[in-house]
Amino acid sequence: MEQLKLKDLYDGFRNPQTIKALKRLLDKEAKKLNTKINIMEVCGGHTHTIMKYGINQLLPENIEFIHGPGCPVCVMPKERIDHAYLLSLQENVILVTLGDMIKVPGSRGSLQDARSKGADVRFVYSPLDTIKIANENKDKKIIFFAIGFETTTPMTAALLEHVIKNKIDNIYFHINHITVPEPMRVLLDNQDCKIDAFIGPSHVSVITGSKIYEEFVTEYNKPVVVAGFEPVDVMQSILSLVKQFNENKCELEIEYSRAVSYDGNLAAQKLNDKYFIKAEHFRWRGLGDIPNSALKLKDEYAFLDAELIYKDILPNEEIDDHKLCICGDIMRGVAKPNDCKVFGKACKPSSPLGSCMVSSEGACSAYYKYGNLL
Amino acid sequence: MKTITLAHGNGGQENNELISKIFYKAFENEILAKSEDAAIIQDGTLAFSTDSFTVSPIEFPGADIGKLAVCGTCNDLAMMGAKPKYLTCSVIIEEGFEVETLKRIVASMKKELEVNGAIVVSGDTKVVPRGSVDKIFINTTGIGQIQQKGISSNNIQEEDMILVSNSIGKHGATIFASREGIDFSTSLKSDCASLWPVVKKLIDSGIKIRALRDATRGGVSAVLNEWAKQSNICIEIEEEKIPVCDEVNGICELLGFEALSLANEGTFVMAISKDEVQKALKVLKEIDTSKEAQIIGKASTLHREKVVLNTAWGTQRFIDLPTGELLPRIC
Amino acid sequence: MCLSIPSKITKIDKENNIATVDTMGVERQASLELVDQAVEVGDYVLIHIGFAMNKINEEDALASLEVYKEIIEKMEEDERRQAILEDEACPNKA
Repeated sequence: MEQLKLKDLYDGFRNPQTIKALKRLLDKEAKKLNTKINIMEVCGGHTHTIMKYGINQLLPENIEFIHGPGCPVCVMPKERIDHAYLLSLQENVILVTLGDMIKVPGSRGSLQDARSKGADVRFVYSPLDTIKIANENKDKKIIFFAIGFETTTPMTAALLEHVIKNKIDNIYFHINHITVPEPMRVLLDNQDCKIDAFIGPSHVSVITGSKIYEEFVTEYNKPVVVAGFEPVDVMQSILSLVKQFNENKCELEIEYSRAVSYDGNLAAQKLNDKYFIKAEHFRWRGLGDIPNSALKLKDEYAFLDAELIYKDILPNEEIDDHKLCICGDIMRGVAKPNDCKVFGKACKPSSPLGSCMVSSEGACSAYYKYGNLL
Repeated sequence: MKTITLAHGNGGQENNELISKIFYKAFENEILAKSEDAAIIQDGTLAFSTDSFTVSPIEFPGADIGKLAVCGTCNDLAMMGAKPKYLTCSVIIEEGFEVETLKRIVASMKKELEVNGAIVVSGDTKVVPRGSVDKIFINTTGIGQIQQKGISSNNIQEEDMILVSNSIGKHGATIFASREGIDFSTSLKSDCASLWPVVKKLIDSGIKIRALRDATRGGVSAVLNEWAKQSNICIEIEEEKIPVCDEVNGICELLGFEALSLANEGTFVMAISKDEVQKALKVLKEIDTSKEAQIIGKASTLHREKVVLNTAWGTQRFIDLPTGELLPRIC
Repeated sequence: MCLSIPSKITKIDKENNIATVDTMGVERQASLELVDQAVEVGDYVLIHIGFAMNKINEEDALASLEVYKEIIEKMEEDERRQAILEDEACPNKA
């Protein structure tokens, strides 16, 4: 058998000829559609791919993308960003988080602002790097501000495992892990929802398996194709969805089969279950309160929970986005970023008013950054 | 903008905002307003430029803060078609700094001055308490004699061709890889190099350069955006033509960067009329520092003041100025 | 955020369950503690924030690339035929 080279895993799925060929097949297949279809890419990584590679420019007129809520930084409500900000300014605290959090402003400022006020904020490449920081700063409390969807949750769980096994006594956790299926359900349950099909997230699905999307096919009658992040993956997945419509099917498919299985990574799932349970409520920026859509530490690990330990200084009032912001409509597919009155004017990546402008993976930010040359 | 954050030093949007709202506003004059790499003074005969160097780590694969401090200022002069002549050198040193390291840094400055044929004619040394600066900061200011007049980022014409002199992003990627806590190991080296020898050869070959800029902080995307605005033109580049080495691509994949936004310290972007572009490319390819030179695009009127990237599969997108805190201190 | 990239395992430290992985000439260590399959040097894994997430199925990737090769060939064949047809239909043909 032919040997696979590492380069093939990149270039092979970005090959211009392949994209051209898939575009032809897609154009042909889309001609047979008897109605326009709206496909939601749930994940911010896909939004990024679509805008970066200009895939929206390759689509036939009767296929449209709806940009989903799958950017964990974007959907973090301001009050939780404020938690990070306030914790970082506590005496003898080092706040550790992933680089994505750096620019995100809460109501008081971003972590970048906190740092310029003297807060010790560290950005790590890997959660495990937190251990080194803890060892070098024994007299300080290290708070790991954990963010991310199912993709990133097991890495926080792995850090928890290390902390507990090695009895590291100066690392604490502020957990903001959220899950994908619940907001999808909320969007579908909405009256004016225009979603006809889904492109399922790549790396969330590596961990969870494609099984978490089963309900959308069986209960909501919406086809789902789990896609990789490369442009060829996305084109191939759209083609598969259009084929399903033309053949009157509604199935759960895995396009990203080189990395995703139906069951997912069972070891990672087990580790998550060991430390986390569902939180009853979590307020999503742009979408509002969604029951059971986030995780929290199990009661037996309350002694590591910075949210409990510092509860006296962490406010819980809800802080809404600007009333002109239409991010909710954008995620439901009722509006596009450039339909928004404040887009690119009062709302920019450096001063976002709404969730979709917050991180580079948000729809508004991607539109702003890459422009809409259509 | 209430307090200064690291993003204000990124060479991108925030940086520009800081400069225009505070410094340009206060110091406003005709020369400064040109916003070139170096100021053109004395009836167009001299180029004058200054730069401070705060890179961390101070020694990294391919160069150190000393070499960088000489290259940085000399390159800014060379980018205006000027031969670097006289430099000043101010050093701020943190107490406890090792003399051996200082000797190494100064030796590498000396070596690089020789490459440029320039001399340090004035200097200053300050030592500050531990924690006041990170190890050592160096400022250099330089004067150069203009050998070719009229190089400017303000008059790029439609149909001018755009070249880069080297594969891009190596300095930024190298600094990131050697940053504490990242722990990447690569064979990557900073592209840090003096560019005057290359520019001299271009001038000596009788090539008329339209615009020239070394793509430091903010990378090639910052240069092209500034040019597009200053010359009121669209710059269209072809993604396939942009030279990027594997390791830089690897670091971009790992950290989600774009090579176009990564810093360079020995790589320039050049705009040149299409009649002269092949001749210039031939000259560049003969020199080691610029042997990977490529034509990456052209000026057009498609979207004035914007940079457009054409992908290999026929889609287009804007290349924006980098925003936010991209990197640790890189120069 | 969900950035995660294919890399090749070049070394395995069994004791600490850590692999050295190569991403286009950039080497870094990655924890293997979340990987539920057996991995060895030469395998491809997806790396996310310092952890290998899983092993990439090589056969599957090759099979996809093979399919793409076929659709490109089919497209080129179609283009060739189209060009011949257009050529024959051309009234100025000598």
